[in-house]
Amino acid sequence: MSAVIEEHHHDDHHHGPAKGIMRWVFTTNHKDIGTLYLWFSFAMFLLGGSFALVIRAELFQPGLQIVEPEFFNQMTTMHGLIMVFGAVMPAFVGLANWLVPMMIGAPDMALPRMNNYSFWILPFAFTMLASTLLMEGGGPNFGWTFYAPLSTEQGPPSTTFFIFAVHLMGISSIMGSINVIVTILNLRAPGLTLMQMPLFVWTWLITAFLLIAVMPVLAGVVTMMLMDIHFGTAFFNAGGGGDPVLFQHVFWFFGHPEVYIMILPAFGVVSAIIPTFARKRLFGYASMVYATSSIAFLSFIVWAHHMFTVGMPLAGELYFMYATMLIAIPTGVKVFNWVATMWQGAMTFETPMLFAIAFVILFTIGGLSGLMLAIGPADFQYHDTYFVVAHFHYVLVPGSVFSIMAAVYYWLPKWTGNMYDEALGKLHFWLSFVGINVLFFPQHFVGLAGMPRRVPDYNLQFADYNMVSSVGAFLFGFSQLLFLFIVIKCVRGGVKATDQVWEGAHGLEWTIASPAPYHTFTTPPDLKDISEAHG
Amino acid sequence: MDKAKRCKWLVALSLLMSSSLAFADWSALNMRQGVTEISQEVYGLHMIMFWVCVVIGVLVFGTMIISMLMHRKSLGVKPATFHDNTTIEIAWTIVPIIILVVLAIPATTTLTKMYDTGDTEMDIEVRGLQWKWQYTYLNDDPSKEISFVSSMITPDEEIYNRAAKRENYLLDVDNELVIPIDTRIRFLITSGDVIHSWWVPDFALKKDAIPGFVHELWTIVDTPGTYRGKCTELCGPYHGFMPVVVRAVEKDEYAAWLLEQQAEAEKVFEIVGKQWSEEELMVEGEEVYLRACASCHQVNGRGLPPAFPSLVGQGLAVGPIEDHIDIVLNGKPGSAMQSFSKQLNAAEIAAVITYERKSWGNQAESVQPKEIFEMLEAQ
Repeated sequence: MSAVIEEHHHDDHHHGPAKGIMRWVFTTNHKDIGTLYLWFSFAMFLLGGSFALVIRAELFQPGLQIVEPEFFNQMTTMHGLIMVFGAVMPAFVGLANWLVPMMIGAPDMALPRMNNYSFWILPFAFTMLASTLLMEGGGPNFGWTFYAPLSTEQGPPSTTFFIFAVHLMGISSIMGSINVIVTILNLRAPGLTLMQMPLFVWTWLITAFLLIAVMPVLAGVVTMMLMDIHFGTAFFNAGGGGDPVLFQHVFWFFGHPEVYIMILPAFGVVSAIIPTFARKRLFGYASMVYATSSIAFLSFIVWAHHMFTVGMPLAGELYFMYATMLIAIPTGVKVFNWVATMWQGAMTFETPMLFAIAFVILFTIGGLSGLMLAIGPADFQYHDTYFVVAHFHYVLVPGSVFSIMAAVYYWLPKWTGNMYDEALGKLHFWLSFVGINVLFFPQHFVGLAGMPRRVPDYNLQFADYNMVSSVGAFLFGFSQLLFLFIVIKCVRGGVKATDQVWEGAHGLEWTIASPAPYHTFTTPPDLKDISEAHG
Repeated sequence: MDKAKRCKWLVALSLLMSSSLAFADWSALNMRQGVTEISQEVYGLHMIMFWVCVVIGVLVFGTMIISMLMHRKSLGVKPATFHDNTTIEIAWTIVPIIILVVLAIPATTTLTKMYDTGDTEMDIEVRGLQWKWQYTYLNDDPSKEISFVSSMITPDEEIYNRAAKRENYLLDVDNELVIPIDTRIRFLITSGDVIHSWWVPDFALKKDAIPGFVHELWTIVDTPGTYRGKCTELCGPYHGFMPVVVRAVEKDEYAAWLLEQQAEAEKVFEIVGKQWSEEELMVEGEEVYLRACASCHQVNGRGLPPAFPSLVGQGLAVGPIEDHIDIVLNGKPGSAMQSFSKQLNAAEIAAVITYERKSWGNQAESVQPKEIFEMLEAQ
């Protein structure tokens, strides 16, 4: 014990990171933990992406060529789980770790030790999840939505490991979000009011409340599964008096807010980047905050639009249709605000801005197909087809994932002190942009023409578009190795970044040195720059 | 009347707009219009939504593109300083609300119609089974009730690219669901194992088949023809190989088909009801065994242990007959042994069980079709 205390004492004098691997294992520094989260999520992005490439390789042409249907289902399931829980969510937590304290003038996250725990749970959770693929009977094969009774009565033995992994991820997310909330509510620089916070901080505050509300629901539903599988209960078994539809209600009560958990921080990122490169304050800051809050509220009362075909009564069907259509309003407000921010600005188009503009356009396309899906009678035709696959990939990949890439390019000079290679960054953007549209746009067509999702084989009329889609997938997938190269190159050196980095950047994180010192804002900052912090 | 008129107007408008596009093969890229009044309405709704989205997209993206072209730093522009405008913010909140309300009206009308399952002329039960559909034409007289299983017949040779793929690759079944046109039909959708989803795009019918639930759908088909769809809820490894094929025929053709099927059903009813001799059971049993069992348990009954157990002188085939019947009827979860209760009729099941218990030197007791029939009824 005394040794530990002495070490702390020692650290306090030097204000620098410890040496070697133990720096990363024991770190309580928000910047180190942010870095860990971001590298971890990138590793998961490549893993989940490689599963997607197995799927697209099999679907390159009709017939079964590469994998058997059983393994195909494991790939679709693991792709979804890894991307949602391993890539997108931890990436945003990583961004929150790096940015929230620097944006609000706090010295660190409020609960640094818990911060360390919440990260270090993840490698164990995902090692366990990924290892199910090597177990007898294979990995989870029931889709990332793991509907009962397929998952409870016919799942492989590894389902238990999947449940345990989900529990661990949930614990990690809940701890992470408690930390974000406590930090934002308690550690803001004196004089910094809530309505002066950058929108990224606002969106993460709201996201964190969503996480705390729904991760326990996910934990509940997997626990009920566990009981059904091992302890003879029948929550979801109709033969035992249970209800398979209950599973879907509980799952989507988690699942729909989860969708917004993956997009709200993206809104925050884009709301930081567009004003910087338009050299103009964010349009409608207050309405952005209200719109984000409205979306968060609505996310709790629309879950059954994922279940229009389960046979709800007409009244339920109508209610969920109307409530879902309402989401278009606050989402529209956000898009209009971004466009109005660009309007009459003085724009330049560095890589972060390119990703942010692509985000607005492609996310809007995903939002519009979402509006189509909200229409109950039409949804009967769209439901569980590739139209849905195209829809949610448009909001998740050029939505969430593009915003994460935009954020990395935008803040990387602040993190590393070096500018990234702009030419390569633009090349990465254009390859990704073309790849993603070649990949997902044709899926709208095959979906409308009748191709169901989660099938390893399809009838001949869909052959051409699937081939195009697969070509796009490989283009997009391999372009991400370029991203890895650019980031490593930037970490290792490059043109030195100024403190402000970008001509139009405003906010507390741009007032500190580049690279950001290991400890920042150990004394509260001067708020003279804050009036434009949210601009 | 008003509502019907409005819907027709919507359909006409959307058809006009879509046909004005010079796409050579638009139909391969778009939702099918289908052959029922409802499916046409749904198509109309879809096209209206599509064009609303196109208009919004053009406005938003157009503004962005103009802005990106005009408001560039490289053109030497100075950024404006405005950062809010209450009037415009209220406007772009109110206008979408109005658009949404207008869109919700036809959607509500169509949905209400789709849910009105009264006044139907005939009932067909649709039961999802891994990985096939069972169709039962419900009839108060059980001897006249027709029931059959519809499975995909695309051979492995085509799936594994060893033979050229046929036109209806993955969409051909052994027994099509036959229905009359111009008849209000109610479908009762349920499942015998996991959740499936029964989808016929041309009728705009899709409903999940859920164990423990019976859901209703209805349709009136205008045009004779063969309509193909698929299972749309992940239901295990062969989810992608579970097509739905419906053949809609003229009413008199349907009546003739029905009589033929009922005669067949009555024959089976009779066969099951009579007392079978052991020789009859053995002859029928051998035929069924070779067809349904021999690929795993082998012609000589010795199986391929450990995956496929031997039936000779050991195990259930010479054990208590209740256990033997149970595994044939219900299968063994987690193994390749599937449930045959829906695939074989009572006579076939009784015959094959008897055959297994009395062949290859096995000397156990036999079972009558009638006993199996009673067990199936009780299930």
